[in-house]
Amino acid sequence: MTATHAPSPRTEERAPVPAVRRERRRIWGTAGFHLSAGLLSALWLLPIALVLVTSLRSFDDVAAHGVGSLPHSFTLDGFRQAWVDGGQQRALINSLLVTVPAVLLSLLLASTAAFALSRYDVPLRRTLLLLMLGGNLLPPQILLVPVSKLSEMLGLYDTLYALIGVQVGFGIGFYVFVLHGFMRSIPPEIQQAAVIDGAGPWQIFTRIVLPLAKPAMAALSALSFTWIFNDLLWAITVLRTDSQMPITASLIGLQGQYVSMWNVIAAGSVIAAAPTVMVFLKFQRHFVAGLNLGAVK
Amino acid sequence: MAVLTAPRKERREHTTGRPPARKRATRVPPLVLAFVLVPLLAEAFWVFWPALQGFYLAFTKWDGVSAPEFVGLANFKEMFGDAVFRTAALDTVLWLLLFGGLSAALGLGAALLLQQERRGVGFYRAALFLPVVFSLVATALVWQAMYQPDGLINQFLEAIGLSGLTHAWLADQDTALYAVIVPALWRQIGYVMVLYLAGLKGIDPVLYEAAKVDGATRLQQFRHITLPQLSSVNAVVLSVIVIDSLRSFDVVWALTRGGPYHSSELLSTYMYSTAFQSLRLGYGSALAVVIFVLAFGVIASYLVRAFREADA
Repeated sequence: MTATHAPSPRTEERAPVPAVRRERRRIWGTAGFHLSAGLLSALWLLPIALVLVTSLRSFDDVAAHGVGSLPHSFTLDGFRQAWVDGGQQRALINSLLVTVPAVLLSLLLASTAAFALSRYDVPLRRTLLLLMLGGNLLPPQILLVPVSKLSEMLGLYDTLYALIGVQVGFGIGFYVFVLHGFMRSIPPEIQQAAVIDGAGPWQIFTRIVLPLAKPAMAALSALSFTWIFNDLLWAITVLRTDSQMPITASLIGLQGQYVSMWNVIAAGSVIAAAPTVMVFLKFQRHFVAGLNLGAVK
Repeated sequence: MAVLTAPRKERREHTTGRPPARKRATRVPPLVLAFVLVPLLAEAFWVFWPALQGFYLAFTKWDGVSAPEFVGLANFKEMFGDAVFRTAALDTVLWLLLFGGLSAALGLGAALLLQQERRGVGFYRAALFLPVVFSLVATALVWQAMYQPDGLINQFLEAIGLSGLTHAWLADQDTALYAVIVPALWRQIGYVMVLYLAGLKGIDPVLYEAAKVDGATRLQQFRHITLPQLSSVNAVVLSVIVIDSLRSFDVVWALTRGGPYHSSELLSTYMYSTAFQSLRLGYGSALAVVIFVLAFGVIASYLVRAFREADA
């Protein structure tokens, strides 16, 4: 520690700056920081503010004053139209019917695989791990045609099961990779103690490793929720009927159905974004941790 | 007991140099094998098997109804004469460079600006990160409203006296591609920023103090400490960007469908419309193979370069 702090007094000796000037420079620095960061944030939030405002305007107001103008009206009509007539209610239910089981199933499967690969001498474990990760890194385009034909063959085409299946299969490689990295760092002594007490793999998994991997699991749940919920490509590949479509695809339908009715389209976008924003605000810490979990490896 | 003895045994065998593989394989309990095999089969069923089929289909002609007909390299030969393919490939490379380059540079810039823990920094970080959680479709619609002829962007240009620059941004062949990149960037920069923030946090502050003692300027510190220290994060950011660029589909599909006149066509959108709208499943699969080769090529060439630098 002394080594780290030694240089600073020396530099001050070399360039003695009067306290007042140093203080003034600090204030200017802070002001400059808040000015630039504030402007940047305002620029980033502007489109969001625009959509929120537009979603609360009436159609006549938007038509008369333009999309970019300040509001002259306040109504929830846009939300009603998007929700009821535009089919967003059904679509949101579909999205949740796919997302929740897909997240739970992929994390369950990924955690068992990561547990086995990180805590046991499974033959070819490195190869298996890289193979599973590699599957996730494939561009989905190469899979689209075969997956849509596969789900037709299984009689699952145009059902939510097909979408759940492909989301689990495609996502699992990444989750295994991240959880493996996390579980590997759990000290082996804990596991050995459990083995002495007569615990089998199932007990070790559910009582020891899973509880210890909770932070990684929480981060991955938040992350995979938004990924699966926000997906469009897989949905339009394995689904056809409008009433089966999740919220992203239904939003594109809304865009075609309510051309230039910007209040309805804006309301639809707000509805589509609300669940993931709520997940983000509730689990912000896990969320950011999750993005980095994948990256540190 | 297996677990308790396995690691110890392994260590002993390593010192004696005997190949331990056979003995170890028999020690893994069946439940643990099932733990690996079930997820592996799920992935094999939905990913590996379809991927092999995808590569095979690239060498066939198929309408999705009758049986696929093997045509060898005909699909790839056809690409050479396909003007839309050329546009889509060029746009994809442009997208990779612009979207990738700018999101890396601006993400790093934002991270440098917001790296210090100080009052209000949490709010600024959250503001930049918020779009990351939106779906690309919602992002696209948000920006479609901005781009309207009577939308915010044109009104702003008029207000500052640049009404000559106002545009139907998405309907003009010259601006459509760039107009689609901006929303994608808006959403990506926050993500890259978070990756770089973690990387910057990991740099030992002693390095900067030592550089200050040696009289290094801020720019020198950035060039000789920050950038080299971030090299592992750079690799991650690069992979994320390449993969995201080549996957970019939603935002283009929602805003322009690749139009007007294919001016914002990417390989991913062209592949989708070829396969599922023109029902040319063989040619579509061949386009997917091109996307695969591009992704693989960029990442592999970076890795080779990184290894060479590490050796030098």
